[in-house]
Amino acid sequence: MCLSFPARIVAIDGSMAEVSAGGTVFKAGLQMVENARVGDYILLHAGFAIQIISEKEALETLELLREMDDSLEI
Amino acid sequence: MSEVVTLGHGSGGKLAHELIDRVFVSNFGMTGPLTDSAILEYSGVTLAFTTDSYVIDPLFFPGGDIGKLAVCGTVNDLAVSGADVKYMATSFIIEEGFPLSDLRRIAASMTEEAKKAGIRIVTGDTKVVEKGKCDKLFINTSGTGFLRPDLRHISTGSKIRPGDKLIINGPLGNHSAAILAARNIFNFSIPVESDCASLNHLINSVLKKSSEVHFMRDLTRGGLSSVLNELSDMISYDIIVNEASVPVEEPVKGLCEILGFDPLSLANEGKVLFVVGENDHEMIMDVLRSDPLGRNSAVIGGIINSEIKRVILNTSVGGRRILDMPSGIQLPRIC
Amino acid sequence: MIPWKYDLIMKYIDEYRDKALIMKLAELIKKSATGDYTFMEVCGGHTASIHRFGIPSLLPGNIRLVSGPGCPVCVTGEEFIDYAIECSAMERVIIATFGDLMRVPGAFSSLDREKAAGADIRVVLSGLEALEIARSNPERTVIFLGIGFETTAPGTAVTVMLAAKEGIKNFFLLSAHKVMPPAIEAIIKDGTRLNGFICPGHVAVITGASAFKFIPEKYNLGCVITGFEPTDILYAILMLVNQANRNTPCVEIQYSRAVNADGNKIAQKYLSEIFEFSDTLWRGFGVIPASGLKLGKKYESFDAEKRFPVNVVFHEGSEACICGEILRGLKTPADCTLFGSTCLPETPAGACMVSDEGACNTYYKYKINE
Repeated sequence: MCLSFPARIVAIDGSMAEVSAGGTVFKAGLQMVENARVGDYILLHAGFAIQIISEKEALETLELLREMDDSLEI
Repeated sequence: MSEVVTLGHGSGGKLAHELIDRVFVSNFGMTGPLTDSAILEYSGVTLAFTTDSYVIDPLFFPGGDIGKLAVCGTVNDLAVSGADVKYMATSFIIEEGFPLSDLRRIAASMTEEAKKAGIRIVTGDTKVVEKGKCDKLFINTSGTGFLRPDLRHISTGSKIRPGDKLIINGPLGNHSAAILAARNIFNFSIPVESDCASLNHLINSVLKKSSEVHFMRDLTRGGLSSVLNELSDMISYDIIVNEASVPVEEPVKGLCEILGFDPLSLANEGKVLFVVGENDHEMIMDVLRSDPLGRNSAVIGGIINSEIKRVILNTSVGGRRILDMPSGIQLPRIC
Repeated sequence: MIPWKYDLIMKYIDEYRDKALIMKLAELIKKSATGDYTFMEVCGGHTASIHRFGIPSLLPGNIRLVSGPGCPVCVTGEEFIDYAIECSAMERVIIATFGDLMRVPGAFSSLDREKAAGADIRVVLSGLEALEIARSNPERTVIFLGIGFETTAPGTAVTVMLAAKEGIKNFFLLSAHKVMPPAIEAIIKDGTRLNGFICPGHVAVITGASAFKFIPEKYNLGCVITGFEPTDILYAILMLVNQANRNTPCVEIQYSRAVNADGNKIAQKYLSEIFEFSDTLWRGFGVIPASGLKLGKKYESFDAEKRFPVNVVFHEGSEACICGEILRGLKTPADCTLFGSTCLPETPAGACMVSDEGACNTYYKYKINE
């Protein structure tokens, strides 16, 4: 369940935002996230932003995966 | 089969095939594989003949309108059989109250597209029905063109063999995406237009240079998945598709991820699948790429010797799975 | 082609779908998987991702993935659809629903068929769109069908709250919202043999990873909160294999870019303000206590069931349909006599075949076992 995908906030108008995924722009309610700003990446689900995605964590996870080698146990 | 016709029956996937087979083909006594155009021989002349109806909503959309679509659609159905497209008939079912200015605009659009395609609209018919009895405007076009006998195999794929390559002339899904956005039922906007275009000149330029075109079909309702599965039923080899090679523009990718659509099953109105002999595929790619309607052509897979006689997708991440015939229309989902 | 602004989103997605990274993870899994393992994914989104990307073809034969009841469509009882259909036949009613429910079979029909027969049933992308339909059609009655787990329910809660704030009188909710942990607990108690769970990443965005603590603490089973990209899933499988190898079951967060221990507190607040727990029927499980979400007293006036009491007969599904056992991970679609013959995506006998995330639909679509 829970088809949810990252999208970037391109505009905010009160509690509603316009968010872009690859250039397609959807509307998202911001009622569940705090301090969202234009440029933030959010998880869009059923017309709402349910989380602001941590870019830092996203990059760190990728780094960790890339650095894993054959001998490394996690 | 369900006892009423649903929208799923019109969407080009399994349900549509079932409807066509069980209600029409069996009644009309049509034999042989169903191809985009009927190939008819009479007195030493081979004709390709086809018909199609256009009920699209909205009537005007980014990249075209119902009139342009009606011309392109029928031109393409004929062109993919290898025919030299010549003449078209068109009939209109118009709802009472339809603005004449819109009708003129649509007629002008059809004239322009016919000119581009180099064909003549030679006869037609109009009917007006009471308000509410049809949704604004429905158009039917029927078309015909001459087919060289040595190109007959293209509709049936009888010359397809292992080693052949699959080529498409550009990115998938733009038409569906543009139409869905233009309908304004869901809150989203997308910076792509319908790819609606007449492909006969593009196809002729390939046929002039190569005799190794083994199959062609346009990727309309049901998209690439539908066509490949139809082809799979016609041949006894495996069809391999490399997901990473299939061009899809980023906004369409984004739309599909958010709404849960499969871009390979979305409708197109300016895309054709070629199955071509290995030896000629690079040359054919060059020909396609030098045409504006083929600039983003790609080799997306090939034909291999049979193991399981299905359409197999090599996923972009190195996995493998079956690509099945889409069933019914895709609906946006949250799960 | 109209030019558009370059979007980093697709760049991140490309990186989380990087083939080289995925092949490397697959290799690491093969090396680490020294025993036999069975892991259950309890989120239909995971079922869909796993099969879309062909992940089973990348795993060694000693790792088995089993699908659980994580598809909200699949676990929604037939009566819900029957009720919605009854309502759609009422004067001036508009049913607003997510696309997922359109083809689910009720006792005699589906929303899809009823729409074909003329009922005003509209697909929406969000509860907010349903509320907008109510605003724009004040003389009509709009009933929004709320399905989904903790990921979706807060959005419905916000929608109801907005309706209350604006004094909208023609908007109602028919809730089939459910929460995940009681169903997971029911599966574990059922005795299905598992080593661990691929836990639902988006549910955990809302609830926090701590909601799944009971899995290792009470039942000694592994638990990894997983994202939905192929790298996420493979990484999570590697983590679960390691938990099993070391016999150190615990809650680990693989999906750290979106999930933390405590979850989305604001969303949780909306949930507790608008909803209360109810004992709810899960298709295949029967009634699970405190597993459903119904509108609390304060928002009762928006409850469609209270406003439009309709008698819906409880109808026993086809006896041959084993969706229930499939949802509990006890059987696979291949074990079902109807699967692939009379039960097909176009003519589903049970909900598992309807939803794009249902185990049967996924098996069929991707032709597993061929």
